Amino acid sequence: MAIRERLSGNEATAIAMKQINPDVVAAFPITPSTEVPQYFSSFVADGSVDTEFVAVESEHSAMSACIGAQAAGGRAMTATSANGLALMWELLYIAASSRLPIVMATINRALSGPINIHNDHSDAMGARDSGWIQLYSETNQEAYDNMLMAHRIAEHPDVMLPLMVCQDGFITSHAIENIDLLEDDKVKAFVGEYNPEHYLLNKENPIAVGPLDLQPYYFEHKKQQAEAMKNAKKVILDVSEEFYKLTGRKYGLFEEYKTDDADAVIVLINSTAGTAKYVADQYRAQGKKVGVIKIRVYRPFPVDEIAQALSKFKAVAVLDKADSFNAAGGPLFTDITSALYAKGIFGPKVINYIYGLGGRDVRTNDIEVVYNKLLEIAETGKLDSVYNYLGVRE
Amino acid sequence: MAYNVKEVAQKPDRLTGGHRMCAGCGAPVVVRNVLKALKPEDHAVIGSATGCLEVSTFIYPYTAWTDSFIHNAFENAAATISGAEAAYVAMKRKGKINGETKFIAFGGDGGTYDIGLQSLSGAMERGHDMVYVCYDNGAYMNTGIQRSSATPKYADTTTSPAGKKIPGKLQPRKDLTEVMANHHLPYVAQTALIGNMKDLYEKSEKAIYTPGPAFLNVLAPCPRGWRYNTPDLMEVSKMAVETCFWPLYEVIDGKYIINYKPKNKLPVKEFLKMQGRFKHLFKAGNEHMLEEIQQEVDRRWEALLRLAGEA
Repeated sequence: MAIRERLSGNEATAIAMKQINPDVVAAFPITPSTEVPQYFSSFVADGSVDTEFVAVESEHSAMSACIGAQAAGGRAMTATSANGLALMWELLYIAASSRLPIVMATINRALSGPINIHNDHSDAMGARDSGWIQLYSETNQEAYDNMLMAHRIAEHPDVMLPLMVCQDGFITSHAIENIDLLEDDKVKAFVGEYNPEHYLLNKENPIAVGPLDLQPYYFEHKKQQAEAMKNAKKVILDVSEEFYKLTGRKYGLFEEYKTDDADAVIVLINSTAGTAKYVADQYRAQGKKVGVIKIRVYRPFPVDEIAQALSKFKAVAVLDKADSFNAAGGPLFTDITSALYAKGIFGPKVINYIYGLGGRDVRTNDIEVVYNKLLEIAETGKLDSVYNYLGVRE
Repeated sequence: MAYNVKEVAQKPDRLTGGHRMCAGCGAPVVVRNVLKALKPEDHAVIGSATGCLEVSTFIYPYTAWTDSFIHNAFENAAATISGAEAAYVAMKRKGKINGETKFIAFGGDGGTYDIGLQSLSGAMERGHDMVYVCYDNGAYMNTGIQRSSATPKYADTTTSPAGKKIPGKLQPRKDLTEVMANHHLPYVAQTALIGNMKDLYEKSEKAIYTPGPAFLNVLAPCPRGWRYNTPDLMEVSKMAVETCFWPLYEVIDGKYIINYKPKNKLPVKEFLKMQGRFKHLFKAGNEHMLEEIQQEVDRRWEALLRLAGEA
């Protein structure tokens, strides 16, 4: 029987980490992810985990220590937000290229500057090409569930890549919601032990990690890394299927909500999906054919599946909670439009909205603005502006 | 056990030959001798900051390291090894591994005094059972001899060139050994390549086998940056010590011990004149710079004597 609880997203994340019982957690405080190491260090202080908690002096050292710990043969985890993730940047790439399946909770927050502690996705979006698998979470339940699946995906022999579980800072990290927890023994059995093939602490077979890798081999190593990211898609689906059998909670690469006969669909990431679903329900009640697609797996990007799913709609709005400053559109928008083009799908009209930067509230009437525009495009087939902003003062 | 150079010399090298460090470079000599202090039965996890040592000893698919080795980035050798040590503690507690593993991080002065200082300070303060060894060659040698905070005053480097108006680096060198001593660690020492390597070996042994964090600062002359003749490695090292430019001392739980006091403390110019990077100081009219360096060396030596209760 599942355990019914009421937890914040941060607490749910920390409890998942407790149930996983990793060897090392190295973390540094930054709003809004601070509570994760805070809760976790109390588990360490009470002896309810076997973990070494390394209270590092920066996020740079948090990721450096995770790399050392994971290479040594342990399971290493951390949590961060915004500038903390930015300070890890250099090491994110090293963790991925060293094929170290570190797992990180990323509590999404706007990247400075100007400094702003509230939610958007500029932190994780900036890390989208670092070689980390990125799973996103609409709710506290999803943040917890994604965390329980993380090691099974990251540590799979066909993958061996680091993974970040993202959720919205404050909106889910600090909001208390009902949640179903798995029993400790079920988590332990599901997650399993980490038994790497090669690791530093294996004195029978010492290894060297992090070579100078020049023209003869670097390119092949990067190709292998790219293949691993491709392999991750199937592994994510397999692990999610197994998780479904265990819990009854179904996860795919993305969630389709009321899209079956939809004309107008919003594509977005994380907590605003809840608001969009609410508005979709209201519009459906009025007979308007609208739906929502919520991306769960952003890296690897589900190019084939998303292109296929979008092909049947007349109008699509991609909502980006991060700007790319490329004068062309947000990161999710450019990924989606390039997926459609690459797959030869030119049917749906696709527009982009940048929304919610720096924690700007996204209300139901904001979503209504988007649906109204999409329905107009669906009806007229005319598209005036592609790259738009939602809820910003001009 | 008393130091026996013959026995130590017979121990197999844990950094093997075939690496690509320059002839006459101090760094591999430092590394080999530090690692000689490991008990043969003990495994080691060794880290290195990006630098000459790393890029010359581990070029894929070859490695000169017989122990486990990890290179992560330039500024984080200490944090990386601290993570490996934390995993060791946890995995030992869970019964997943057995036997002794020791943790040693190496970094040059750039990776230690400058860009890696925060990582080093953090790892030492957290009390990991590890040794950090700085091989100090007094500049960013790997990228082509740029000044670091370990570069001595008036040294000619590629970013502090001795020009017509500016006579090399204008700032005195940072005293990192003192910075680390003020972390109040169980063991901090400064050493060099001297004689039969007794000082380096004994300090390495203490650093590795003292529980908790330890820091070793080892002078590691660089023939490219210092511009001495490669066969003169040991001689230039010796002159650094005989002039008290680089005193040999250790700080054990806060107690200062000076390991060598020259009977006849030589003028610092005896050390400087062997090196091309100080050549401009020996031109007529620059005597005051030599005098200034001498005064700085004397001032620091006397301060050290006071710390050791010998002044």
